[in-house]
Amino acid sequence: MNMIKNKPVTTTCPFCGVGCNLELHIKDNFIYKVTAPFDSVVNKGNLCVKGRFGYDFIYNNRRILNPLIRKSPQKPGARSQAFNVDEWQEVSWDEALDYTAKRLVEIYQREGSNAMAVYCCAKATNEDNYLLQKLFRALFRSNNVDHCTRLCHAGSVVALQKAIGSAAMSNTAAEIMETDVFIITGSNTTETHPIISIQMKAAIEKNGAKLIVVDPRRIEMVNYATLWLAEKPGSDVAVFSGMAHVILKENLYNKEFIDTRTENFQNFSKAMEKFTPEYVESITGVEKDKIIQAARLYANAKRGAIYWALGISQSTHGTDNAHSLINLALLTGHVGKRGTGLNPLRGQNNVQGASDAGAMPWHYPGYQEVDDEQSALIFEKAWNIEPGGLNREKGLTTTEILSNAHPGGVRSLYIMGENPMMTEPNLNAAHKHMQELEFVVCQDLFINESGAYADVFLPATTFAEKDGTFTNTDRRVQRVRKAIEPLGNTRPDWQIICDLARRVEKLLGRPNSAYWDYSHPEEIMDEFGKVVPSYRGIKYARIEKTGLQTPVVDENHPGTPFLYAESFPIGKAIFFPLDFKPIDEEADTDFPLILNTGRVLEHWHGGTLTRNSWLDDLYSQALVEINPVDAKIYDINHLDVVKVQSRRGEVILRANVTQKTITGVVFIPFHFAEAAANFLTNDALDPEALIPEFKACAVKIEKVTEDQLPTKQPYQPRGRY
Amino acid sequence: MTDTVKLKINHQEINCDKELTILQAAKSVGVNIPTICYHDNCTANALCRICVVEVKGARTLIPSCVAKVSEGMEVETHNERVNRSRKTILEMMLSTSDLSQSPELLEMASEYGADHDRFGDAERRSPPLIDDNSMFVRDYEKCILCWRCVQVCAEDAQYAFAINFKGRGYHTQISTFYEKPLPESSCVFCGQCIGVCPTEALKPKRQWLLELGYESDQIMQMTRNERNKKTKKPQTSSVVK
Repeated sequence: MNMIKNKPVTTTCPFCGVGCNLELHIKDNFIYKVTAPFDSVVNKGNLCVKGRFGYDFIYNNRRILNPLIRKSPQKPGARSQAFNVDEWQEVSWDEALDYTAKRLVEIYQREGSNAMAVYCCAKATNEDNYLLQKLFRALFRSNNVDHCTRLCHAGSVVALQKAIGSAAMSNTAAEIMETDVFIITGSNTTETHPIISIQMKAAIEKNGAKLIVVDPRRIEMVNYATLWLAEKPGSDVAVFSGMAHVILKENLYNKEFIDTRTENFQNFSKAMEKFTPEYVESITGVEKDKIIQAARLYANAKRGAIYWALGISQSTHGTDNAHSLINLALLTGHVGKRGTGLNPLRGQNNVQGASDAGAMPWHYPGYQEVDDEQSALIFEKAWNIEPGGLNREKGLTTTEILSNAHPGGVRSLYIMGENPMMTEPNLNAAHKHMQELEFVVCQDLFINESGAYADVFLPATTFAEKDGTFTNTDRRVQRVRKAIEPLGNTRPDWQIICDLARRVEKLLGRPNSAYWDYSHPEEIMDEFGKVVPSYRGIKYARIEKTGLQTPVVDENHPGTPFLYAESFPIGKAIFFPLDFKPIDEEADTDFPLILNTGRVLEHWHGGTLTRNSWLDDLYSQALVEINPVDAKIYDINHLDVVKVQSRRGEVILRANVTQKTITGVVFIPFHFAEAAANFLTNDALDPEALIPEFKACAVKIEKVTEDQLPTKQPYQPRGRY
Repeated sequence: MTDTVKLKINHQEINCDKELTILQAAKSVGVNIPTICYHDNCTANALCRICVVEVKGARTLIPSCVAKVSEGMEVETHNERVNRSRKTILEMMLSTSDLSQSPELLEMASEYGADHDRFGDAERRSPPLIDDNSMFVRDYEKCILCWRCVQVCAEDAQYAFAINFKGRGYHTQISTFYEKPLPESSCVFCGQCIGVCPTEALKPKRQWLLELGYESDQIMQMTRNERNKKTKKPQTSSVVK
């Protein structure tokens, strides 16, 4: 029997920041197959396991299809988790939204705007995020608006903003085919950005590009690398400053570029003097010869590029780490040309877009600062607000919102699609903060670890049931299309937000409306383009087939594949002199190992999507990676059950004895609620970016008995790298 | 000027880039040569030979997907010798493989007047369907050994190198090394192979279950053990038609 040949619906993948184009094949509202268009500029017909097979969470039986209100009222300080639907009352949308509006407005009128907070969502569309931050800014006058970018690339964003004035990936991922030397650091690219990694492999295998991997893990890309600098976790500044030292000493720097395009070179080069290869080897564990070779290779490249991810930013000195990379690119002039650049690989499908849309506490849409009078006036006009009405004070960040959950602080939290109870560091503390809240709203697909704390659950649609746009890691704004009818009583996020906003506005009795009467997301994008200059030329009609790369400054502008050809947004880029700082919590005799955390190919972040997908069959339980040398010390065999403890918590899971991690370092993916790595992680923050140090904390490990394993999933042996 | 060549395709004189294959040159002047194993995104290997053309002076028919154009070449893409060759190739495919889900190939067969029973006493290849994971099934009864899946698993896309040919001659089949179950091979389940398979030999599991007669609700109610079970037959009593 052949399937009915309906025309597949093209859309954009909801998983990582690559933004692959998908074709959804549908029969009777059921997506049975996903393919990719071979003429797509992003993924050229290719997909990874998540894009190809991981969409079945849409139909998972655990998905919530009706609005819910908790049966037992929750009190601040004693808030509990309710995973079972029996603990919830199914209600109508009117009832759920009336109740939500009433509670939010009551708290706002009693406690003021500082009591209100919202987590926007890097998985939702630009339109959804624009509206949700508009709701909290325009109606509750609160800038306590943030999303997971804080836990992700905040360090990179702050450093890039300060050094060059723009935080996005400078070049297009596909330009890797024109690169002759590139550095990957703090990115397990094959598992986290699979489609970019296959382009990298092709650049190496087909074009002879040379790769330098700087990472404490022996990631798969090491198999393709010319050099692997296996640094100790958190020693990035030393490695890259050591390379800068060599480049300076051997006169390999680009004098013309430095003279015409940069500032502060003298102070920077003085600061680099101490980073001799010998000194760097003593801190980082990387042989000095490799540092010298890496420096020569990168500096002598015709087109050198740097790709990095959270191994750089998730650190108490994440901003410095990113500066050390920016310094290298400025020193060699490997930026502002095709095939070069400073390329932070963004994790979520729409983390770039959610940031552009102003889902951040210090910025309105388009990175216009909330404490800047001119910016505030622009948005007061756009949103029909009396002059002086918008809050001029910077809001709280993701982590600060939770740590300020106490009487007199944040009282209500609106969570759209995020799962902080899996993704915050030091989860035991995060749970306590969550329990302190007076009112919690969750707008999601499933009752996840965070939604279980909520008073109201608003069931949203998936990417396949709504229209909108995502902005991918290389700034390409692409269409998300409604392919199937929403399941049950679920509704698109933008509609939920508008319906709620209208109710809130009425209760507040505001004279003017900030406007919530959109008939289609296209109209939201038009409004977005009016207030964000880099999106001014984004019109749905222009991105039907191929997305445009921001900035797109007017309706005839062709988009911008790579940035900074002529100048940087702040004019001249700035070198930052750096000093080496150790990680916040180093290994000691009580906790002798360093824990690194991250992702695996088959799963997605807090697990809300992929743990509710058949993908879970391929990778069904958390494993802690430990080097054979360490495993021998602690008498641990492959797949033994072990307990990993830090000063903040403990998890029990199986061990994977492997050389993928260097000695002294263990690795746990953070997707698995039954052994959530973030019970262990350190909530110490980078002083500027306020990003926590997810990538390094001290732990100890011991073998325990098989019956202590929290859930017994059959172990699926895997042969992939 | 040395970058272009002059040649004749079906008596029509054309100028084209000397790096083009005959297939590409023909396409550029609107002459469509049929292809099966060829795919725009895969390295051409001239395995199926359906794209052969007659080149004046050449002893054998030439596979146009790999042969480049050259100065003064005279090509015929659809003459009797070429068409008979294509017909025979299709008849051999029909005799060994299950092409029931390959509408393009069936259409090509009828276009060339291929006789489905020309090799009626040939032994059909009917290896058992391989169902060893929750993502997709491999039904090599439908496989025509075009090799695209092997290529995209290797240097044409994924660099995973999970599959290749096993066996020789008639017994040739695509397989993991040592016939390991896919999860235990170097497969990353990207499914690039499914994207290029021309015969639906590689099929997402949920599509396959739908075709077996399961309703979408039944599919989504399957437990981990049920969807991983090796043999599946819908219980006819529970199938809603």
